[in-house]
Amino acid sequence: MSDKSIDRVAAATPAPVARKIRGLSDRAIAWIFVAPTIFLLLAINIFPLIWTIQLSFTNYKANRIGREVKNIGLRNYERILTDSDIWLNMQATAHFLFWTIFFQVLIGFTLAWLINKKFKGNDLWTTIIVLPMMLSPAVVGNFWKFLYQPQIGLFNYIVTWFTGAEPSSFEMLGSVDLAPWSIVIVDTWMWTPFVMLICLAGLRSIPDYIYEAAEIDRASKLRQFFTITIPMVLPFLMLAVLFRGIENFKMFDLVVQLTGGGPGSTTELTSINLKREAFEKWRTGYASAYAIILFVTVFGLASIYVKALNKVKER
Amino acid sequence: MKHLKLATVSALTLSAASFGSAASAEDLTLCWAAWDPANALVELSKEFEAESGHTMNFEFIPWPNFADRMLNELNSGGKLCDLLIGDSQWIGGGAENGHYVKLNDFFDSAGISMDDFAPATVYAYSTWPKGTPNYYALPAMGDANGWFYRKDWFTDPEIMAAFKDATGRELGEPKTQKEMLEIAQFFQGREIDGKTVYGASIFTERGSEGITMGVTSALYPWGFKYENTPGSYDMEGAVNSPEAVEALEFYKEFYKTATPPGYTNSYMGESLDAFKSGQVAMAMNWFAFFPGLYADPNTGGDKIDFFVNPPQNQAGSTLGGQGISVVSYSDKQDAALEYIKWFANPEVQAKWWSVGGYSAHNSVLQDPGFKDSAPFAGDFLEAMDAVQDFWQEPAYAELLLAMQKRIHDYVVADQGTAQEALDKLIEDWTEVFEDEGKL
Amino acid sequence: MSSFSVTEPSKRIKWFAGTMVILYALITMIPLAWIMMTGFKTPPDSISYPPKVIFEPSLEGYVNLFTTRTRIAPDDLAALPPPETWYDEIVRDRNMVIAGPSKFGERFVNSVIIGFGSTFLSIFLGTLAAYAFSRFKIPLADDLLFFILSTRMMPPIAVAIPIFLMYRNLGLSDTHLGMILLYTAVNISLAVWLLKGFIDEIPREYEEAALIDGYTRFQAFYKVVLPQAATGIASTAIFCLIFAWNEYAFAVLLTSATAQTAPPFIPTIIGVGGLDWPAVAAGATIFLLPVMIFTILLRKHLLRGITFGAVRK
Repeated sequence: MSDKSIDRVAAATPAPVARKIRGLSDRAIAWIFVAPTIFLLLAINIFPLIWTIQLSFTNYKANRIGREVKNIGLRNYERILTDSDIWLNMQATAHFLFWTIFFQVLIGFTLAWLINKKFKGNDLWTTIIVLPMMLSPAVVGNFWKFLYQPQIGLFNYIVTWFTGAEPSSFEMLGSVDLAPWSIVIVDTWMWTPFVMLICLAGLRSIPDYIYEAAEIDRASKLRQFFTITIPMVLPFLMLAVLFRGIENFKMFDLVVQLTGGGPGSTTELTSINLKREAFEKWRTGYASAYAIILFVTVFGLASIYVKALNKVKER
Repeated sequence: MKHLKLATVSALTLSAASFGSAASAEDLTLCWAAWDPANALVELSKEFEAESGHTMNFEFIPWPNFADRMLNELNSGGKLCDLLIGDSQWIGGGAENGHYVKLNDFFDSAGISMDDFAPATVYAYSTWPKGTPNYYALPAMGDANGWFYRKDWFTDPEIMAAFKDATGRELGEPKTQKEMLEIAQFFQGREIDGKTVYGASIFTERGSEGITMGVTSALYPWGFKYENTPGSYDMEGAVNSPEAVEALEFYKEFYKTATPPGYTNSYMGESLDAFKSGQVAMAMNWFAFFPGLYADPNTGGDKIDFFVNPPQNQAGSTLGGQGISVVSYSDKQDAALEYIKWFANPEVQAKWWSVGGYSAHNSVLQDPGFKDSAPFAGDFLEAMDAVQDFWQEPAYAELLLAMQKRIHDYVVADQGTAQEALDKLIEDWTEVFEDEGKL
Repeated sequence: MSSFSVTEPSKRIKWFAGTMVILYALITMIPLAWIMMTGFKTPPDSISYPPKVIFEPSLEGYVNLFTTRTRIAPDDLAALPPPETWYDEIVRDRNMVIAGPSKFGERFVNSVIIGFGSTFLSIFLGTLAAYAFSRFKIPLADDLLFFILSTRMMPPIAVAIPIFLMYRNLGLSDTHLGMILLYTAVNISLAVWLLKGFIDEIPREYEEAALIDGYTRFQAFYKVVLPQAATGIASTAIFCLIFAWNEYAFAVLLTSATAQTAPPFIPTIIGVGGLDWPAVAAGATIFLLPVMIFTILLRKHLLRGITFGAVRK
């Protein structure tokens, strides 16, 4: 075996003694191993969260050091929930969430289905397709801004090539009607591969014999698709939607670089709005209440969704 | 014997002097926006380095991020900057939150008098509360929003004739805001040298301060006021006066009918790009860029000329510019003050103007040769006579962001009417002042 | 007997599927190819309209990325001694001289320090915790695990508000240590979840055999489990690194210079008067390349990484 001294000592030590040398019980080791992580999370996640809750009841402003901090009860929450501008931000977020998920599921599933046809070289092409989602969203957003320039950007010229419209006749980022779609396009470009990968895993998890049995029963291909493929992939697909939903609810970097929330406030997602309140206007108390509301919303929606997901899995 | 003694004395003083500067040789960091004048300041500061033995480092941040980054830095008590050339509107916050060192005692001991600087710049860049002799900065860079245009197009006989046909007027530097719009609309979509060109590029940026700085260049000439009486925070009827509404509608019309496509979120950089790439006949921008524009190999020289923001009901220009302050979190305040003392020197100020910085020192501005020292020098003096600035309150960021939103929503995103935009702005501002306990 | 299988798609379908996927892949690569191409254009070429697909390559973007430059008058320029290097020459052609190095190098180094620092720490802490969760009965383990995951649900801006205040009080604003701790806290949830999955897959019998041989738990952990989990640890590390590398929101709010990483810096690269797209593109290319390479190396574990181990292949 090994000739390291520690091993020899270990081997030569009688069992009862060794047990004592081992010293630390499994329980102690378990806690020693877990403690640093828990401590770090307490210090950098939980303590700040509690602090945020506390701040959300005050009128504190982080840029006004000498100013008196007053406890103002639920006033911040009341202001946020009755502010019509914030509801517009929520709507913009909902639009973004719905359509990105819609397109990503549609395109992602189709791609996965095609790739699952196991044509030659599908591994290589899958890897290429996956690249965009690993890149830095801020850098990507910044560069798509360039691609979207009406005079000099590539995007408008490609559209022109297909439709014949003047490349300077429409502004993806500048027009109120197009800007919400411009961010949907970039997010879809970036994250479709994510949905695709998960769907692909789902498709590959379906055992061949199920199709073979269906074939023996003379079920049509279309019928097989709806009665076997879709139900079997659904839990995977729902998982992908959960991840994308949470991520896009938090969306900040990509959109802030692309539109900065403009034109006007048409693409001002809640995170961008929150950033303005917290780090530009420095209304810390107000922004804390805002953050708590967002957190509760994501947490609530996600919990309901996870319940639904588990039901689907059980079927 | 006498010789020897003298030599010893001078040797002693020499060594003392060199020892003194060696002991306090510091690495100073000056923070400012990244633009042409900042590069000029780097060149200028080499003299300071040579004289004082200190080393100068620079942290220049692009304008769209400048306020965000620097205010964040100040609010987190950062020690990045020893010296900060901060925007005029920050002075209230800088003073009240203790970010800036108060300079009165230093000015007294260093023999710097604020009477040597142009009163408008001292008022705007140095004092808090406004107009009181409490100084938190030395005027470093005078600036205002002005205009420049393609002189080669304006003097082209064919274009001139076409303009006369179209409007019945002679083509030339506009005397009013409305004339300017007419000229811009004339150029919009015109073919010049086989290229489609546009009227003018104006500020429409949403994220920082762009559209506010642009729209106030229309609001001030129309007679817009922040308050009915200064210091009262009484805004109803001032901010949303009929003149203000008209000016805002004018700015929107300008944006819709006389600017190049795609300039929906444009500020200084985009304005320069539009002009330098030959897309526009006119452009709005800060005087700070004019030396660089004049020197541009393609569109500078005799192809360019400049004019002050045209009046309408009255003269009015949007104030830019900055004062230089010492950051109170710096450990090297003495060396930083040395820099300010050096910078306030009239000879340095004269050189500052010659390398492209807008000195606010009277010895420079009142020099009889100043007006002819650059094609935009006279315009600059004229602009500085009628400048107005945004709120300089400690809560200025909240006030500014509210205005950015309301104006951009109306002008670019087509929401509501001008009246509604200004009414909502008053609501937003009232809320801020209530939070501040000022209303 | 026959090689025919109902699940094997026909040749025609394969051909069709292949064509469609390749078409999609090519379209999806256009923006990336355009970034890389723009990095080799001159500034006027980059903003010419219509956009130039064929152009004369230039290194001006890369030179501009790594230098700061000042414009000088043509007369002064003529008076200068001839340029010493090829990059001097490129800059002189634009009536400018190099004033010094740009901040890009520093920011890139910050990205490396913070990225690797936080990755090391997350993996170190994460492996320990994952081992404990995998092998021992920990009271409320499921709740704890979910708690660890839930920290990823907060919008980063919301997390940044108290962190900003905390760091200001502790003097951690704009420091490498502050950013490393923060990224570790964010990454540790990923690390624990992924690594627990990898360690779960290692048969317990290996350790039990080692324990019977007289190894202590500690020895069993680092002599038996760690080597078995090496691949898993490596791919988890790459995922942590990519997160820290790409992160923008915290970096833009909590750093300003000393510890600023590349993502908030790249969008703020501007030229002397006007935007310098080739320099931005050059910066983006240099920054994105490592991640592209990692993605190709990681492709086998990709799915597991991006789903927190929820989907294993």
